[in-house]
Amino acid sequence: MTEREPASAEAIRIEGLHKSFGPNQVLKGVDLRVATHEVVCLIGASGSGKSTLLRCANLLEPIDAGTIWLGGSRITGAGIDQNLVRRHVGIVFQSFNLFPHMTVLRNITLAPTKVLRTPRAEAEEEARALLDRFGLAGRQGDYPDRLSGGQQQRVAIVRALAMKPQIMLLDEVTSALDPELVAEVLDVIRELAAGGMTMLIATHEMGFARDIARRVCFLEEGRIIEDAPPAELFTSPKDERTQRFLRRIVDAGRL
Amino acid sequence: MDDSDYRGQPGGPLAPGGPLSGMAGSPAPGSFGTTGRGPRLLTGGGRRATAISTASTLVVIGALVAIFLVAPGSGEVRHTFFSPHDMWQSFIGNPKKGYYSVGAAIWLNIRMFLAAEVLILVFSLVIALIRQSTSPVLFPLRVLGVIYVDLFRGVPLLLVILAIGFGVPALELPVISHQPLAVYGVTALVLSYSAYVSEVYRAGLNSVHRSQVAAARSLGLSQWTAMRYVILPQAVRNIIPPLLNDFISLQKDTALVGVLGAIEANNAAQIYGSTVFNYSSFTVAAILFLLLTIPLARFTDHLIERDRRRRLAGEVT
Repeated sequence: MTEREPASAEAIRIEGLHKSFGPNQVLKGVDLRVATHEVVCLIGASGSGKSTLLRCANLLEPIDAGTIWLGGSRITGAGIDQNLVRRHVGIVFQSFNLFPHMTVLRNITLAPTKVLRTPRAEAEEEARALLDRFGLAGRQGDYPDRLSGGQQQRVAIVRALAMKPQIMLLDEVTSALDPELVAEVLDVIRELAAGGMTMLIATHEMGFARDIARRVCFLEEGRIIEDAPPAELFTSPKDERTQRFLRRIVDAGRL
Repeated sequence: MDDSDYRGQPGGPLAPGGPLSGMAGSPAPGSFGTTGRGPRLLTGGGRRATAISTASTLVVIGALVAIFLVAPGSGEVRHTFFSPHDMWQSFIGNPKKGYYSVGAAIWLNIRMFLAAEVLILVFSLVIALIRQSTSPVLFPLRVLGVIYVDLFRGVPLLLVILAIGFGVPALELPVISHQPLAVYGVTALVLSYSAYVSEVYRAGLNSVHRSQVAAARSLGLSQWTAMRYVILPQAVRNIIPPLLNDFISLQKDTALVGVLGAIEANNAAQIYGSTVFNYSSFTVAAILFLLLTIPLARFTDHLIERDRRRRLAGEVT
């Protein structure tokens, strides 16, 4: 990580981000800043580019154009050690993606022990503390397929937290869950926000976004159309496209 | 839902309602497809189905034995292939009379099999990882990998054994041209089988979902660490049954090394046959190979069944 800028409270800054998959332009110049301890929600229809934006921010997808800074350091372009960057950026996926052949505890301690070289006993102690904190005490010996979807997703969040990331990226983490399991995962995220974790959250849960976010960004066709505090964006959206999107959400009974 | 409802029923065609009645789930007399416990050679449940399958098995076996016994050359065949005296003599061997013990020779097959198995597992994994790699630096190795797999999957194992067994000693190189025949045999087996097994590995690696790679890499794991701890363990779990299947085949193919003159079970049996003019020695060799392969085959079935149960259990949750 190079080009350290003057100390800023900026967790992540994205400028002019472009990303295509073949002929399909998914992101067409996204600019976004998230301050430290800030929670920003990304909303928008499926295919608007929310997931791609998060995957680019974690360097899971190579970007076509634009620049991303993490904590004031440039993390895109030549000479960047992606593995080093990813230690500091946690991401949680819609489909949990726990490692099915490892116990819950091993899922959590794998990266700290192999990447950070934390001694195993220490990593396990930290993992147990995190599991306790998120209501998963006693689950450390189980394999993922013994857990409910909500429990699996909470383990996935703990797994990302175990790397002590500077920012957490949450990619529609409740979309694959049965309705009655959504709350337990959202509670975990609320607790993280209360603890001051910086988060960029792609979500379809509008009520949750209104609750937790300091800012909400509406994406359409690979651009951020509107970026405002939730009270403003949900009650008096300025852009006509945002109004149309929110009307559809209200009609569907989801707000 | 009981999965046996959709299974082929061995007694089905004989059922009163015809074959389709069982499939449609109509309550045919004798209640087909009502029991479903564990792995079954005899699918379908019910006492009636069991009775029918037992009877038909007895009829088939009885017919085969009858044909064997009434055939014009039956006595001759029984003497030539199933003479208890010759079976015992070939099993224990008698160097003074010019033939080897088939029972002792099978040890060479076992040793060749074990050595080849370990080498194949390692070598084919290297080939598979090279072929799966994406780094531009490894491009020449990837090309070599493709050529290697095409070549050794395409050439009959027997020809590979002959080429190495006779070709390498003819080179008159120090050390490598002066190895025991079994070493050339094992080399040929490893070269030939690794081409197949590397494809099995590749299928296994591809069977692990890409999201697992993303999850591992997102935590900061390097490509190699992700492969080592996340992808490969899952891939290997998926391919154990096909791998064991290839190894059953490998156990038998150690017999081909006999063409070089190595005294393995098949060759020892052949020597007995051409010395004493009785081929009961081949029966002994066949029985010994069966004793090796059947346990591995049952073990493979056991693993497949366990895997199936685990998948079913996984789907429920």
